[in-house]
Amino acid sequence: MEITVRVNGEQVVRDVEPRLLLTHFLRDELRLTGTHWGCDTTNCGACVVRLDGSPVKSCTVLAVMADGASVDTVEGLAHGAELDPVQEGFVTCHGLQCGFCTPGMLMTSRALLDRDPDPSPQAIREAISGQVCRCTGYENIVRAVRWAAEKETAEETAEKEASKEEVTP
Amino acid sequence: MQVPAQFAYEKATSVDDAIELLARHGPESLIVAGGHSLIPMMKLRLAEPSTLIDINGLTDLDYIRVEGDQVRLGAMTRHATVLESAVVREHFPILPDAERTIADPLVRNRGTVGGSLCQADPSEDLSAAFSALRADVVIRGAEGQRVVPVREFHHGPYETAVAHGELLIEVRVPIRTRTGSAYQKVERRAGDWAVASAGSVVSLDGDTVAEAGIGLTAVGASHFVAAEAEDALRGRPATDEAFTEAGRIAAEHCAPSADQRGPVDYKRALVAELVARTLQRATARARGEA
Repeated sequence: MEITVRVNGEQVVRDVEPRLLLTHFLRDELRLTGTHWGCDTTNCGACVVRLDGSPVKSCTVLAVMADGASVDTVEGLAHGAELDPVQEGFVTCHGLQCGFCTPGMLMTSRALLDRDPDPSPQAIREAISGQVCRCTGYENIVRAVRWAAEKETAEETAEKEASKEEVTP
Repeated sequence: MQVPAQFAYEKATSVDDAIELLARHGPESLIVAGGHSLIPMMKLRLAEPSTLIDINGLTDLDYIRVEGDQVRLGAMTRHATVLESAVVREHFPILPDAERTIADPLVRNRGTVGGSLCQADPSEDLSAAFSALRADVVIRGAEGQRVVPVREFHHGPYETAVAHGELLIEVRVPIRTRTGSAYQKVERRAGDWAVASAGSVVSLDGDTVAEAGIGLTAVGASHFVAAEAEDALRGRPATDEAFTEAGRIAAEHCAPSADQRGPVDYKRALVAELVARTLQRATARARGEA
């Protein structure tokens, strides 16, 4: 079946079997191997991507179900050479060890901050509660997301201040 | 690698189209909504539909609205939407209580109210919550639609009143005055299926229980209901003593199985405690105290 999916902003057309899972579509058809294939049983969250903005486990979505939708993967997170603040936070706060869960954690964290720019540590823990870090590095993941939230809030405040100065004669 | 068996795929464009596709593709065709129960079953080859009919395009079934003395939830309403709904929280706090315990936020972004009910897993949480609330479901087929009380909806594990060629399209929950509700679940780890769960709905007349609804999941309660405990509570003063007694009766009449989640006695003990606690909390909410 022919499907058209907007992947990281670019339109992709492919002919796929209906039983192809979205994870394998991304990894094997599009060679976007940043999305990891973990438990295969909707538990671990290594495969999280955003489907029309919502973070979902792509091992439990058929590629054909994404026909006409937009899919965002970890490859689309950075803005050119500049890392997304969430990625920067993971680097700065040591939010990853082996790195296997990281793409999924990043996508969920980005979606959380888009919805709630100032999440409490508890809200972050809830948001990532469907994901497993087998290095058990959860403390640093929570710190990394807080770091990103604070950076974005600071940047926004600075921008507002700057625009105020512009209008003030 | 877990891969489903081959199947044909159709995208329904309307409820009538979905019903027509079911008729055309015969009894081996299945509806897929959020897919978070069906796709795992297909990967394990526990389900091998010849044709999968995708109803994710039916966004007109994704709604929560008040109509008269009912709140109506479309079958394609995602769990995440129910959890965030102010209307639902105001009238039926039992539903966000239950939703918070269903799988995890990622699964809740995809899974639907209709899909959960139609999957009819004997450990499913909304089945118990809607049973406690005495909700009705609307089922549509080629001949028109019918309304079925949720307490008559489940025919057994993974079996419901929805016949082949039919679609569950809506859940209707009655709004009652001076009523509170609550849900509690015991699980081995975050997002797991219940060891046992109970949901209670209490309508007060003064300090008397005018009506009670008690739902149970994962413990073999017929239609997810603790009917004997409800009967014992109706017309009695809303006291902790009465709630403890209702819990004891519910524990006695349910039929849990021993499995990796625990032995029978443990599950009965949980039922007794969870029923009493949810009745207390529901009553506090009915009084506006919580």
